[in-house]
This record gives sequence, structure tokens and C-alpha cells, in this order.
Amino acid sequence: MTSIKQSYIVDGNDFISCGHASEAVKRTLKELGMPSDLIRRVAIAMYEGEINMVIHAEGGVADVEIFSDGVKIYLRDHGKGIADIEQAMQEGFSTATDDIRELGFGAGMGLPNMKKYADEMEIDTEIGVGTTVYLGFKVR
Amino acid sequence: MKLQEIVDLLEAEVVTNKELVPTIEIHSACGSDMMSDVLAYVSDQGLLLTGLCNPQVIRTAEMMDITCVAFVRGKRPDDMVKSLAQSKGIVILETKKQMYQACGILYTHGLDAKQ
Ligand SMILES: Nc1ncnc2c1ncn2[C@@H]1O[C@H](COP(=O)(O)OP(=O)(O)OP(=O)(O)O)[C@@H](O)[C@H]1O
Ligand SMILES: [Mg+2]
Repeated sequence: MTSIKQSYIVDGNDFISCGHASEAVKRTLKELGMPSDLIRRVAIAMYEGEINMVIHAEGGVADVEIFSDGVKIYLRDHGKGIADIEQAMQEGFSTATDDIRELGFGAGMGLPNMKKYADEMEIDTEIGVGTTVYLGFKVR
Repeated sequence: MKLQEIVDLLEAEVVTNKELVPTIEIHSACGSDMMSDVLAYVSDQGLLLTGLCNPQVIRTAEMMDITCVAFVRGKRPDDMVKSLAQSKGIVILETKKQMYQACGILYTHGLDAKQ
């Protein structure tokens, strides 16, 4: 089956333009005429992931593959890693500082929200090495 | 509720995409300074009221298909925020009213907070 592959650099030092990758993917999915429910879920989950790459890691790469019946997203960063994935997945758990809260993030809702919207989610992480979050979406 | 009615009730100034105002109908709204909460709890809201003023407010609105962002407490978005909203077709409103007041006015005029 043919698919469309896209790769985006997520700049860890640029909070201002954070979200441009999710924005571009949303646009592509719209142009391809994918169902609006799928577009919404992909956009929100990927945006949460992109924000995490900037506020918790030092940025990285977002690889996206679009199929006729779904979307696969790999968010890879070389940040500090997640010490306890189970804890990080809990609603309300956040290590965000007040600086980040002043920017409107850091409620500890991102990872649970990504899980809610994606059909598949896997986190691969190593302290001091980085984190890869895989998100899989199927047309429902 | 027609967006124009919201503009009037909030005594707001329309900052971007003025020509879209007559075409927009708002069915529900939410008010928050935490984009995390907007992303996590809001569904199908047309209007976001917020006191937070940075580009991620507009990006959050875009991801959530929110068509109008009202900045409360006289917050003035900078050029970066304005041009982002302009290019996305998002209407920005500025109102001097505080968050609680602005939400209360819209709520009592029948604009719901559908979950
Ligand atoms: N890419 C990442 N690298 C390192 N740590 C991460 C990463 N993503 C998440 N975390 C850790 O997991 C915690 C929970 O993440 P989550 O996205 O749920 O909440 P948050 O980002 O703190 O707040 P919110 O998403 O509500 O703005 C974070 O506070 C952080 O400690
Ligand atoms: Mg997060």
C-alpha cells in the first residue's frame, strides 16, 4: 500500500513556532480529504506531543506516515527521558515549572490526552538519552 | 449565538478577520488560561475566552477548530499573534471585561458550555 511520509524538525528552543509540524500535518490530512474526526484526533495528540518535545526535551524530529486508512506518528527527542512512564501517564502529573505554566501548559494532561485520542500509543524512553512516542490512528 | 452579538455583549474590538464576523455562529464557549485544559476538556467550542496572550493560544484554537479567540482584561495580542490568527482565519476579539464577567455575560445570554 502506498503512503505519504513527512518529516519535521521540532526546534527545542523555539516555543513561539512550536506546533508548526502538527499544523502542517493537519493541513495535509485536510487536503487528502481524510475524515474530520481523524484529523481532529491527530492534530490534538500530535500537538500535545510537539509541545512536550519543546517544554520537556530539547526538541527532536517528528516522522509522520499517512495511509489511506490511518496515520502513524513517531516523535523522537534527545531530551532527559521520562523516569516513570506510569506516573507520567497519570492525569495531573507534571514536572513543569512555573515558567511553563505561565505559557499555558503544564497541567499534566498532555500524555493522557494523547492516549485518549490515539488508537495506539507507545513510549520508549531512556534517562539521559531521550524519548520516542509512537502514536497510531485508524479511520473509525 | 451570532458572533456579532458576542462582540456587542463584550463591547469588544475585532482585531483580525473582521469580515468573517457576520458569517460565524457560536454554539458554545469555554474560558481558560491553561491551554492544557482547553486541549483536554473542550469539544466543539467555537469560542475561547482567555487572559493568556501568546502564539500557542492561536495554535491551540486551530487544533481544536475554535473560530474565535477573545482576549479578556484588555490583553493586547502582539503582531506575531495577530498575523498567525489572521492567516488561520481565526477572529480575535479584545475586551476590557474580566474573565468572570465576560463568561457570565455570555452565559446569562444563553451561550452554553457544552462539555
Ligand atoms: N518528551 C518528553 N521528555 C521528557 N519528559 C517528558 C516528555 N513528555 C512528557 N514528559 C514528562 O511527563 C510529564 C507528563 O507529561 P504531560 O504531557 O502529561 O503533562 P505536561 O506536559 O507536564 O502538562 P500539559 O501536557 O498538561 O501541558 C511531564 O511533566 C514530564 O515530566
Ligand atoms: Mg504535555
